[in-house]
Amino acid sequence: MELFGIFFAAFLINNILLIRFIALCSFFGVSTKLDTSVGMSSAVIFVMTISSAVSWIIYHFILAPFHLEFLRTATFILVIAGLVQLEELYLKKIIPHLYRAMGIYLPLITTNCAILAVAFLAIDYRYSFLQAMVYSLGVSFGYSLAIVLFAYIRERMALAPIPKWFQGYPIAFITAALMSLAFLGFTGMFGL
Amino acid sequence: MNFWKDFNQGLIKENPVLRLMIGLCPVLAVSNNATNALAMSVAVAFVLIGSNFVVALIRKIVPDEIRIPIFIIIISTFVTISDYVMQAYFQDLHHALGVFVPLIVVNCIILGRAEAFAYKNPVLNSVLDGVGMSIGFALALGSIGMIRELLGAGSVFGFQIFNPAVAATIMILPPGAFITIGFLMAALNKWENKVQ
Repeated sequence: MELFGIFFAAFLINNILLIRFIALCSFFGVSTKLDTSVGMSSAVIFVMTISSAVSWIIYHFILAPFHLEFLRTATFILVIAGLVQLEELYLKKIIPHLYRAMGIYLPLITTNCAILAVAFLAIDYRYSFLQAMVYSLGVSFGYSLAIVLFAYIRERMALAPIPKWFQGYPIAFITAALMSLAFLGFTGMFGL
Repeated sequence: MNFWKDFNQGLIKENPVLRLMIGLCPVLAVSNNATNALAMSVAVAFVLIGSNFVVALIRKIVPDEIRIPIFIIIISTFVTISDYVMQAYFQDLHHALGVFVPLIVVNCIILGRAEAFAYKNPVLNSVLDGVGMSIGFALALGSIGMIRELLGAGSVFGFQIFNPAVAATIMILPPGAFITIGFLMAALNKWENKVQ
């Protein structure tokens, strides 16, 4: 039940894109088409789970015992960048089908702040390993839900009559505001 | 004249937030009041100017193939410094900004300027570019923070302007950030069109 709470809070109530405002560059950048947003979210689900597991282990078994906590920013970003490269090589060799589906989104993920933020937050919240895993799954599913819905709306918006000064990014922000308002409605659900 | 150009272009023409659409996360997340917005701008300015300075200083000895990891290490050093200084002297601010202080390291503005400008230009120009970009960032962040605080809580920098009971609380909640930046961008589009 506690794990369900963590998952649900990360998935909807504290949705990483619309409520926590993390990884917005990718939210606006890759949401112009439905299939690019699906590619990005599958890459995020894949990388976030692995990188938060690795960074949790590194923090609790290397940095904390040696009192090197001040190195965590530098360590995590390098670990994630290295990990993404490794995953790319591995996927290309073992599961080429999945690699083609994720395509260019894998290297882009290094600069996706959601990955780094989840690694930090899982430590700030003092989660155990299992809780951290459930948390990162919840966050990455929440990311996918928000970005796919947003891409769907933006595809439809291409045909809508929009005032001249609002075309492009301004109307996208206002759409995001309305979606964020809807997600705000989940606050307090299940007493979370 | 050349120095002025390096300083100037970050302000409006290439404003990182409203024009280039980079570094959005902290802008939306910490702009619920003007004080937080200002603190975030100072932290970003420190990291940006510092990393631009160091990158420009060592640009001739950095091998081309591994420049990105080196930039990231330089940036994360400055981020760690600002994180710990803030934790030591400004506890409340550190608590309010939370995870967004360490996240400055993945802020695209900083790596972007290191790669696009500081790596190719002398030290003084790079520092000026950092100052200009920081002011541009602070302008965008500060104006969003002020608008949101004024409409959402009826105050600016904590000074009460009108009765908070009639303020629109939605503006300091997450949706307010998206609405404010959307309208600000539309206004900038209109203004720029008029100037041209």
